[in-house]
Amino acid sequence: MESTDIGLWGVPLAILGGAIRVSTPFIFVSLGETITERSGRINLGLEGILVFGAMTAYAVAVMTGSPWLGVLAASATGAAFGLFHGWICKFPKVNDIAIGIALMLFGSGLAFFFGKPFIQPSAPDLPAIPLGGWSNIPQVQAALNINVLFIIGAALAVFLWWAFKNTRAGLIVRVVGDSSDAARAMGLNPDTVRLLSTGVGGALAAIGGAYLSLYYPGSWSEGVSSGQGLMAVALVIFARWNPLGCFAAALLFGGAGALGPALQSVGVTQGYYLFYAAPYILTLVIMIMTSSPGRSLAGAPGELSITK
Amino acid sequence: MTDRFVLTRRQLLKTSAAGAAIGAATSILPFSAARAASATVGFIYVGPKDDYGYNQAHAEGAAVLKAMDGITVVEEENVPETVDVQKTMESMINLDGASLVFPTSFGYFDPHMLAMAAKFPDVQFRHCGGMWTEGKHPMNTGSYFGYIGQGQYLNGIAAGHATKTKKIGFVAAKPIPQVLININSFLLGARSVDPTITCQVIFTGEWSLAVKEAEATNALVDQSVDVITCHVDSPKVVVETAAGRGAFVCGYHANQSPLAPEKYLTGAEWNWANVYKMYVDKLVAGEPLPNFTRGGLADGFVKMSPFGPGMSEAARTQFDATLAEIMKGGFSVFKGPLKNNKGDVVAADGQAFPETAVELESMDYLVEGVVGSTS
Repeated sequence: MESTDIGLWGVPLAILGGAIRVSTPFIFVSLGETITERSGRINLGLEGILVFGAMTAYAVAVMTGSPWLGVLAASATGAAFGLFHGWICKFPKVNDIAIGIALMLFGSGLAFFFGKPFIQPSAPDLPAIPLGGWSNIPQVQAALNINVLFIIGAALAVFLWWAFKNTRAGLIVRVVGDSSDAARAMGLNPDTVRLLSTGVGGALAAIGGAYLSLYYPGSWSEGVSSGQGLMAVALVIFARWNPLGCFAAALLFGGAGALGPALQSVGVTQGYYLFYAAPYILTLVIMIMTSSPGRSLAGAPGELSITK
Repeated sequence: MTDRFVLTRRQLLKTSAAGAAIGAATSILPFSAARAASATVGFIYVGPKDDYGYNQAHAEGAAVLKAMDGITVVEEENVPETVDVQKTMESMINLDGASLVFPTSFGYFDPHMLAMAAKFPDVQFRHCGGMWTEGKHPMNTGSYFGYIGQGQYLNGIAAGHATKTKKIGFVAAKPIPQVLININSFLLGARSVDPTITCQVIFTGEWSLAVKEAEATNALVDQSVDVITCHVDSPKVVVETAAGRGAFVCGYHANQSPLAPEKYLTGAEWNWANVYKMYVDKLVAGEPLPNFTRGGLADGFVKMSPFGPGMSEAARTQFDATLAEIMKGGFSVFKGPLKNNKGDVVAADGQAFPETAVELESMDYLVEGVVGSTS
């Protein structure tokens, strides 16, 4: 192995590399949740869908030898879970938050149950694109080994941002999310739109799970998510339901999470528990800075049960 | 905050699942616990029992008991170190009739196992860790642990021969004595090869955090560390990530060589089957169970993984010679003159702590040459 001593440069490099490595699940789950919430529903079950997606992708990859089939299978199960949520929520007086929590427990429990035989075997990893070829420093090359899913996630964020503004489908989702009555007056069926939005959201969340088990950290275990699905749902509010904001927030969380290990690796070893809290402290600071007592959350869809 | 929420929901999940499972088990086996010369033994694991790590090592030990005549083994996986484990112990005792319980994770001891020991004075509890003290803790409880530090010392010898950058790394969960002994032994082993080697340690803060373990491994490799070992519950992520980045790895808890056949040098593994068999033999024979059980490589509590292809001839020679020395008994990894990494003397010249020395069980320092801090 070639190596170069990069000393303190390791910290910014680790934050950059961490942002790219760790953020992908956040990107997919938060984009999925943005679509769902823009249509006026909250699906808190994405954590369960993420875990189930991670398990499905790993299991299918182990059995077929193809990680891409795993991603495909994961997104199918995610869509099924999402549609299930959307279907139940269309019944009157059903609370979408309660169903989401139920789905979170159900998804994780089912994933633990089916995932038992897949903790040991090793699955093939998703391919990465080496974008660091221009540098002869191996650490930079490693940090810029970018997974295809990260690139797809970034492109998807831009596409969704554009599509919400400029396409008919985007307009429909936004109308349904802002006012059911207006949507009905336009001849739209809010339940169908929400059903599909939740289905798409679930499929995206499960792809985030596939990234966890098939690329980074790259193995299936019951603790693989450690709450990332829940954090990503919170990121959506943090990003004000804006897909580009979700992407930026996901990078921020990924980078901040890499801070603790990176600082220890260059010898800043006191108080590492504090550094591990960095993502949460950062969230608090930004939330406080961007909130205002004078107005409600900017960009919140009018039909969301938490803002109504 | 988020983590705590996740735990709560998993607890919910598991308690209900466990309740159902235990209910089913007892209805099938109503009399098995009452037969003479038979016993039910409970094992509680903090994670899945095929994790390539800590829990797998214990489950391999429990599997040996299952083959013994008249012994029923009840197991529960993924039990958090919270009041949950008390419920698990209670149901193993009340519903399954367990007369000996092994809560195998560090955090199960205080207050959880102690509370159950006070409630069920006729049941024997043996906890894996180092914490039982005579006079302070009840006599129906006890601790067993292996001196795996000398295994990490041997890992260090392998690492010392394999490293080119003279920097080796350790991904650790929490700065408790058992972990610190391993980190220090790993470095001292490497320094027995080349006294200029340093060991970079990264604490992740939890026993099982896959993403953080991968980040820690990457951060180590970014700092030119080229041999890595760890002390976390499941070394799978560390081993795969390190090998993926081209670094050598030394295993821990169980044999991880299938995960990185080219890069795996050797590893320090538990051999719990011997320990569990000893306890159960005594239990069935009606003899009192020891409260404080310890053993190392020489006692068959610990074993080393077979060598990987990265072990040079020189490494094998020194490894085998040291192992032979250890097998004679009384070998000391920690001997003076020895300083901690803040410059204080922790062992004076001529002072030696063999692995049985009780002083080592309250270790709170990292030795000179380890880059890291315990807080």
